[in-house]
Amino acid sequence: MKDGPPIQLMRLKGLMRKEAVQILRDPSSLGIAFILPLVLLLIFGYGVSLDAEHVPLAVVAEQPTPQTAAFAAGFARSRYFAPRAYSEIEPAEKALRHGEVEGIVWLRGDFSRKLLAGEVPDIGVFVNGVDANTGRIIEGYLQGMWNNWQGQLAASRGRPYHFPVELEQRVWFNPGLRSRDFLVPGLIAVIMTLLGALLTALVVAREWERGTMEALLVTPVRVPEILLGKLVPYFLLGMGGLLFSVAMAVWLFAVPLRGSLWLLLAASALFLLTALGMGLLISTVARNQFVAGQVAIIVTFLPAFILSGFIFDINSMPVPIQLLTHIIPARYYVAILQTVFLAGNIWPVVLPNGLALLVMGAFFLTMVRRRTSKRL
Amino acid sequence: MWRRIIALTKKEFLALLKDKRSRFVVIVPPLVQLLIFSYAATFDLNRIPYAVYNEDAGFASRQLLARFVGSANFELAGGVDREGQIPSLIDSKKVMMVLHLGPHFTRDLLLGRSAPLQLIVDGRNSNTAAVLVGYVRSIVTDFNESWAETHGLPISPARLEMRSWFNPNLESRWFIVPGIVGLLTLVVTLIVTSLSVAREREGGTFDQLLVTPLRPLEILLGKVLPGFIIGTGEGSFIILMAVLWFHVPLRGSLPALYAGLFLFLLSAIGVGLMISSIAVTQQQGLLGAFLFLVPAVVLSGFATPIANMPAFIQHLTLLDPLRYFLLVIRGVFLQGDSFGLLWPQYWPMALIGLVNLAAAGWLFRHRLY
Amino acid sequence: MQPGTVTGLVGPDGEGKTTLMRLVCGLLVPDRGQLRVLGFDVCKESLKVQETLRYMPQRFGLYEDLTVQANLDLYADLQGVESAERPGRYAELMHMTGLGPFTGRLAGALSGGMKQKLGLACTLVAPPRLLLLDEPTVGVDPVSRRELWEIVYRLVQKQGLTVLLSTAYLDEAERCQEVIVMHQGRVHGQGAPSAFSKQVEGRTFQATAPALNKRALQARLAGAPGVIDAIIHRDGVRLVLEQPGTPDSETFLPGETRIEVRPVKPRFEDSFIALLRGRGGSFLPPAAEAKHIPAAAGEEEVILVEHVKRRFGDFYAVNGISFAVRRGEVFGLLGANGAGKSTTFRMLCGLLPASEGKLLVAGRDLRTSAAAARGRIGYMAQRFSLYADLSVRENLRFFSSAYGLRGGVQRERITWALREFELGPRAESTSGDLQLGFKQRLALAAALMHRPEILFLDEPTSGVDPLARREFWHRINGLAEKGVTVLVTTHFMEEAEYCDRLVIMARGKILQKGRPRRPGPAFAPPSGPNRPWRMPSLP
Repeated sequence: MKDGPPIQLMRLKGLMRKEAVQILRDPSSLGIAFILPLVLLLIFGYGVSLDAEHVPLAVVAEQPTPQTAAFAAGFARSRYFAPRAYSEIEPAEKALRHGEVEGIVWLRGDFSRKLLAGEVPDIGVFVNGVDANTGRIIEGYLQGMWNNWQGQLAASRGRPYHFPVELEQRVWFNPGLRSRDFLVPGLIAVIMTLLGALLTALVVAREWERGTMEALLVTPVRVPEILLGKLVPYFLLGMGGLLFSVAMAVWLFAVPLRGSLWLLLAASALFLLTALGMGLLISTVARNQFVAGQVAIIVTFLPAFILSGFIFDINSMPVPIQLLTHIIPARYYVAILQTVFLAGNIWPVVLPNGLALLVMGAFFLTMVRRRTSKRL
Repeated sequence: MWRRIIALTKKEFLALLKDKRSRFVVIVPPLVQLLIFSYAATFDLNRIPYAVYNEDAGFASRQLLARFVGSANFELAGGVDREGQIPSLIDSKKVMMVLHLGPHFTRDLLLGRSAPLQLIVDGRNSNTAAVLVGYVRSIVTDFNESWAETHGLPISPARLEMRSWFNPNLESRWFIVPGIVGLLTLVVTLIVTSLSVAREREGGTFDQLLVTPLRPLEILLGKVLPGFIIGTGEGSFIILMAVLWFHVPLRGSLPALYAGLFLFLLSAIGVGLMISSIAVTQQQGLLGAFLFLVPAVVLSGFATPIANMPAFIQHLTLLDPLRYFLLVIRGVFLQGDSFGLLWPQYWPMALIGLVNLAAAGWLFRHRLY
Repeated sequence: MQPGTVTGLVGPDGEGKTTLMRLVCGLLVPDRGQLRVLGFDVCKESLKVQETLRYMPQRFGLYEDLTVQANLDLYADLQGVESAERPGRYAELMHMTGLGPFTGRLAGALSGGMKQKLGLACTLVAPPRLLLLDEPTVGVDPVSRRELWEIVYRLVQKQGLTVLLSTAYLDEAERCQEVIVMHQGRVHGQGAPSAFSKQVEGRTFQATAPALNKRALQARLAGAPGVIDAIIHRDGVRLVLEQPGTPDSETFLPGETRIEVRPVKPRFEDSFIALLRGRGGSFLPPAAEAKHIPAAAGEEEVILVEHVKRRFGDFYAVNGISFAVRRGEVFGLLGANGAGKSTTFRMLCGLLPASEGKLLVAGRDLRTSAAAARGRIGYMAQRFSLYADLSVRENLRFFSSAYGLRGGVQRERITWALREFELGPRAESTSGDLQLGFKQRLALAAALMHRPEILFLDEPTSGVDPLARREFWHRINGLAEKGVTVLVTTHFMEEAEYCDRLVIMARGKILQKGRPRRPGPAFAPPSGPNRPWRMPSLP
């Protein structure tokens, strides 16, 4: 005997309508779809920045002279530094230790004398290395400042000085090196993970907890109908959240969108399906909201945050962890997002990553279909 | 009174450790996070894939390029024969940078002219780009110095001696791992305390507690004490891991560190219990904890410096207890700070902790029903 | 099972009723054996089965954040009801359940009884051939229970529906045409309730002794030789004997002459108890020991409630009630769901402040008085509310410490509790995994660790099977005999009969005060002794 068609439109529509009403009525679903992206984007867009500016810096001139003044003037002009003048090294060291300044430039008492005599004075530079990244950025800035000063000094002596090798740097896609331009697109991947995986995992777990799943299962409804009844509404909700996030990125944070919006939407749809698949898969294992929430955060949210290349460079991670990142769908999505936003429709990036997303999405959805049965 | 608080504490531990889910929450996520964060969360760059477009046949270009090959930070991923190949290499992320040396590179150098080295960087991740430019610049600077020396060129008028204090090799891990002590202690303490009352409400045991002769203060202390013990335990475990496993130097005094931990736990537990007394279900408790955690971590300076934030947000971070504790823990670990230096962090934490606990106590009494 | 009948699945808790239900509708797969429903093999053709039967799980399966109408629509969609048929079908269901005026309301905002009817309406939205109801009346007040039964019978008569329902209430089992008794996962008997009752024909009696307190009488009769069951019924004690024959009062109660025993008609419950006892069910334990308070049921009022009101927003959950409870009394607080009895109860225990009025327990207001006053009461909540993750012994140890016991006294009380409540063999088991009956014993033990003078019991036996209920009341009686004051809320008439005095609440007010043995006209039980107790007519 046949079981009839696997999907009957009336039942599917009924399930989807129910889900839609629940979404609209439950403030927490809408909260996760719209408030959470808003909050995360605001916090990260404004709160997280790797661009050090106005770094407090102690400039110690033990014997102030026109030469030391000329040297220090460079710092005052720079937007990267907020120099503070010291005349002795001890208070400057103390300030560094107390965290009042991030670095010290130390012009010793014999600086001018040696400079004028044609000797080579030493300039001491100490950087607070506790925050290694910031420390390195400051070192880079200082080196640039020092190069400028050399050029100016030589020019003022009428003997233009040049370096043997002159570095000409050209940073593509983000010449101003604005960290917001790469953080905000990456953040969209994190938000979509939360939306797709966490929300669905919680919603299905809630049905188990409240006993409504048991009631659903004994009706003539088919498994594909139950799954589609969940997938379609949350897919639409997720795409809504995506459009909202993209709008914020472009209009509020002025991140350039160089590729096509359609490509972005297509890739996002693929990723969203993958994330929904993960969420549903989690909910087949975890039938209460607490466990589902924990599992979703650990296996989807945290990896999307740390292992996706969103902030931290994947190539620089230890090899085992690099291998691990290959099974994180967010990794592929982040690559597409950063490229489509900042570089444009670069097919060599979009195609392989999109294919990877397609494979993972198909894998998760197949797993869900196979793991879901109408038995308890 | 203490006898009853101890009985409450014992019960709290039994309930926590016997419940599979809570045991999971206390043990698994912190371990996973510790490992993932410590190994993956680094701003240091290794094995940066790069390509070279060398039009010069001379020895100088080979000398310069040998310095890149010899550096662990770079990994040669391809050669370029035509300028037109560069965009596709960068666009497709096959390489992160391309070094371009013109046809007259060696000749210019030998003639004492400036020889340009063109560096094309993928700026999609601006932080990696900035760090990478820094690496290249220091290689070029070194090369320039040795070239000037060997060819009797005028050397630069002054010498820059760069030294970074506390972390001479500027290792990100030394920065991140101590930060994790603060992060994970906060996460675990917050989750444990913010769920504790809600769990009892859901299980109906809260009413059962309230009809016993236990006073609200005793019940409250019975919740605070386990939070302290778990937070201290978790913190100590990660401190141990940081020193023994990740070899981060611990230079300062342990008492100063634990004084900070104590004050920090005060405020974390205060927040947790506030969430707890408002939340009716564990679900709400978890959501509340999450809503507090994300901004608290982002605004604490855990991964990115507070100094880079806009002024308004910098003021906001003054309310974040994690901000102060991170300064304490990094100060003690790397800078060898002692009590005297840490006062400016201790007192705000103590203040926040007292206010939080008082508020939690007030909410606790007024939300008993 | 015969088509067109109502079959009851009866048995103590945790004995496999729900599992059987789930097997029948194909939610679980049997490890062994075959199951055919309506001619289909459930294992292979579960979808076919699911198209023809309807199942209402214990918690009704409603979406609480959807309206009544939306719930109906959803189930109509799922069960493939054509939209043309719907208006008629809805009208019929709404008429039947009386939910018509509430279609726009959220399901979560309905009362327990209304939810249950909506659950039923949702399962019936497409007329099924077989209806499965899993404990449909747990936690629902008697009025709603009666209405549900009327609906079910109307359906059976009008549409030839076959119904299988599980229940722990034996008075409901009697309304079924056929009963299957389950115990420890096995079927122990199947047949019409009357057939079961026949087995105890001639073994059921009603005993009255005017000189004795009925609780004392029951306590003594329960321990007498040859007695299988003794429960308080109206103003006497109902007995089931091992052997048929006219009992001689001398054999039960030597020395007690003024006892009158007359035969009564057997009912299903009698045979059920006889059946389970005969198969090794536990016998009644000795009554719990407690601090003996010599001032026997005196005039001293230990609980005093005067003009108490409790407001939630604009709504008065309790609206000006007054009563008093004397020492050594068993005092009942009766009412339907939402009548305000739980609110009253919580105010008395000091869990909720009163908006107005005076509340005194042992001469003090528990909310404001020192913690010491709370040390004189014991409290047992409706649900199991000890620490589920802790073992039995750990729970006892914790609660005895919370009540300030320590050292030798504490050890002695824990030993006492384990012995007295027969928890010894389970002392180290996790209390959340215990069967309901054991949980209830543990909860009572925890409430008695400090020998309280007053005991608060909130619907202590809801959902508990008849055996455990008997045992429980036996212990409570023993406590009351020793002078402990007991305040109990319930909606079982049967339990109300254990009370010395009771008040009936409805809509936040006291409707009736009195003694169950001299009932006023308003709560005279309806015709048969076994019908669910009829509430005084509610407006």
